[in-house]
Amino acid sequence: MDIPFTHQRLDNGLDVIVHEDRGCPIVAVNVWYHVGSKNEKRGRTGFAHLFEHLMFEGSQHYDQGYFRPLQEAGGVLNGSTNADRTNYWEVMPANAVELALWMESDRMGYLLPALTVAKFENQRNVVLNERRQNYENRPYGLAGMAIAAALYPPDHPYHWMTIGAADDLKAATLDEVSAFFRTYYRPRNASLALAGDIETARAIDLAAAYFGDLEAGPEVPPVDAPTPRLDGERRVVLEDRVELPRLYIVWHSPALFAEGDAHLDLVAEVLAGGKTSRLYRRLVYERRIATEVAASQNSRESSSSFQIVATAAPGRSLLDLESAVAEELRRFVDDPPSQVEIERCRAQAEAHFVHRLQTVGGFGGKSDQLNAYNVFLGAPGFFDRDLARYTEASADDLRRACLRWLGSERVALSVVPRGRLDFALPGSEPAAVS
Amino acid sequence: MAVDRSALPRPGIEPPFVFPEIRRTRLANGLDVWTVEHRDVPLVSALVLIRAGAAFDPSDRPGLAAVTGDLLDEGCGELDALGLHDKLGRLGAQLETEVGADATLLGMTTLARFANEALVLLAEMIASPRFDLRDFDRVRDLRVNRLLQLREIAPAVAERTFLRLLYGNHPYGHLPIGSEESLRGMAIAEPAAFHRRMYDPSRISVIAAGNASHDELLRLVDDAFGGWRPDDPHPYPDPAALPVTATASLESDRVFMVQRPGAAQSELRIGHVGVSRTSPDYHALVTLNLVLGGQFVSRINTNLRERKGYTYGARTTFDFRRGAGPFVLHASVQPDATGEAIREAIAELQAIRSERPVTTEELELGRASITRGYPRNFETAEQVTRAIAQLALYDLPQDYFTQFVPTIMSLTPDDLTRAAMEHIHPDRLVTVVVGDREKIDGSFVGAGLGEPVAVAD
Repeated sequence: MDIPFTHQRLDNGLDVIVHEDRGCPIVAVNVWYHVGSKNEKRGRTGFAHLFEHLMFEGSQHYDQGYFRPLQEAGGVLNGSTNADRTNYWEVMPANAVELALWMESDRMGYLLPALTVAKFENQRNVVLNERRQNYENRPYGLAGMAIAAALYPPDHPYHWMTIGAADDLKAATLDEVSAFFRTYYRPRNASLALAGDIETARAIDLAAAYFGDLEAGPEVPPVDAPTPRLDGERRVVLEDRVELPRLYIVWHSPALFAEGDAHLDLVAEVLAGGKTSRLYRRLVYERRIATEVAASQNSRESSSSFQIVATAAPGRSLLDLESAVAEELRRFVDDPPSQVEIERCRAQAEAHFVHRLQTVGGFGGKSDQLNAYNVFLGAPGFFDRDLARYTEASADDLRRACLRWLGSERVALSVVPRGRLDFALPGSEPAAVS
Repeated sequence: MAVDRSALPRPGIEPPFVFPEIRRTRLANGLDVWTVEHRDVPLVSALVLIRAGAAFDPSDRPGLAAVTGDLLDEGCGELDALGLHDKLGRLGAQLETEVGADATLLGMTTLARFANEALVLLAEMIASPRFDLRDFDRVRDLRVNRLLQLREIAPAVAERTFLRLLYGNHPYGHLPIGSEESLRGMAIAEPAAFHRRMYDPSRISVIAAGNASHDELLRLVDDAFGGWRPDDPHPYPDPAALPVTATASLESDRVFMVQRPGAAQSELRIGHVGVSRTSPDYHALVTLNLVLGGQFVSRINTNLRERKGYTYGARTTFDFRRGAGPFVLHASVQPDATGEAIREAIAELQAIRSERPVTTEELELGRASITRGYPRNFETAEQVTRAIAQLALYDLPQDYFTQFVPTIMSLTPDDLTRAAMEHIHPDRLVTVVVGDREKIDGSFVGAGLGEPVAVAD
């Protein structure tokens, strides 16, 4: 998979990456800021994401909503925040790429003069609505919060959710917004990727013209997010408005791109990717004790988690699920993946990979991926080596990853219908959610 | 080099866009085949369109089309479910089944080097699924369990209630997943019979796009599907043609309420029966909807989200189908602003027909966002197959994509106002709220709304 690109760093530290793809007359503009909720402090959570909302509300030289002119030019746009980074993207018709660069550079350089209390309060309400809609009012919606709180100590940067605590959001101030912008939303902490129907030299010139004058900004404070240790299994329970109880088993696991990260992705695929996977086959297909099962390596920059989730079929207990999962994990070590299983995982990994690279823009498209490799590894062209992590993995690698990481030190979260604490795994303590 | 920040840069000349050539062929067994070359990435996408969706469910058996669709990948020919999925997995194939009101879609994207084998499997799933009792039993159970879980998912509860109130017993009055009672009473013979009756090459289109020539794509489809001779095909009336008869006594300004104690948000649906995809006003309505509630900068989202902060987002949709699909506004709003949000939303629906008709500026903005960005809808092979499925399902002309932009460009503000007068009916609105009545009641009084009518989920 060859994704040719040109990489240039402007004097102010902004990385510019360009990839030409003339297949469709569009250009993707993608900006990453290396800041996310792990740069927040305890008691001041939800900030990075709230800030992302404000980035769409206007800047000094265009003090109106950002959607309108970009959509009027035929573009689509969005942004997102997670624990490690914040990204913004536009996919523009090839003739309107300058508009997106003008606007991205204006909000990178000149957001604060246009920020008002009214905008801030409006977007805080929007975010509180987002939180109620997507977390509080959604079955199992608070599980992620309960898990993070059990996996990480209260001051750890991965202890809280990116959406933030409602009380913290309500307490946020405009001054904090300004300080946050001055620290993190600066060229030296950002990476700009352009992909699509544009000539490389012109793309670099345009990037230099629009972003080159912006001040570099300060050194960003480091984040200390080591992988904590759990002493054995920690069982927690959450009551929720759900019909069927669900069990989450979660382990600490190696950081994104670290040794074992890709192996655990493949372990997840063997365990729960598709109907022939081991857990699906055992729990859903043969024994019918679960209605669904999933496994994933949730890769993050400083420290990851590996998760198995299963929902109990009516009348089945979470203990049944727990022991079936334990059995499959034991079997994984005793009876490591066969050649057939490995082949399937490799084909799936390759297909997922190629699939993502069909688009130049948007979440997960080529421009986003170039920025991901650049921000996390300083190597935008990591595509080949990334794919090789999967295609070169052996059954023994997977077995060793399973042995090394998926042991007895873990969090087991039971989500049970309200009033049915007796459905939880025995010995579970109430989960911390707010 | 300093940049001029006194004004936004104007876009240059629009790049020319030519939709890639579409070829359409009918195989000897009646199968309708569409091919498009798409060379970017070593993948091939195939989409099978079966003209048998949830609207074809017998009236006493909602959920049958979806169970049938679900059973297609549970084993076919010599392969049982696990054998089939093992093969699919090793071919790097991604399979997706989607049961809509008018049609069932089976989409597959695969690495180009495996396209041959993958298409043969796809054809076998469509032509000779096994319908083993054991698999049926398991799939049915999983769907019943899914229905149990949907009881607690507010958008699903709102959707189901809204469609029922709007359409009653009309084929569009239920969700594809059906009901617990119907699924529990279903026998294995039913999906098998549904398949025999409805899965007939003459009712099916296969759309293939990818890194191969037209001839190669056609040969792939022909090799896979050409030998299929169905057992028992017979013509079937189109349920979409049935008229919608008035359902419950739907007085205007009534709000129907599904009580959900302790709910953190109020889930809203406001709308009425809309129009069919074949309406001559289609283009005007698409553009009107962009102004009204179809995009971020629309009137309704600007009002409810960006001005009032009542919601994370509100949008309106004309769900165009073969028959008259719903026109609906969706939003999840903060409980204490529920009444106000409903009042504002309805006021916007009224205003666009009369006191604040679409302006020239709004028309320009609305259409620019779909015409100027048009090529991006066809970036991937999968997008191309989905686009062409629309032509196949709604009997649209083959030059439809070339005509789309000029047709939108010919619209005037008067066309949109006329479309609004004709197709938006504030006097026929059904409003459904799923939320906590205690938190909401006060806001209803404040907004001057009548007492909500309690309905069961």
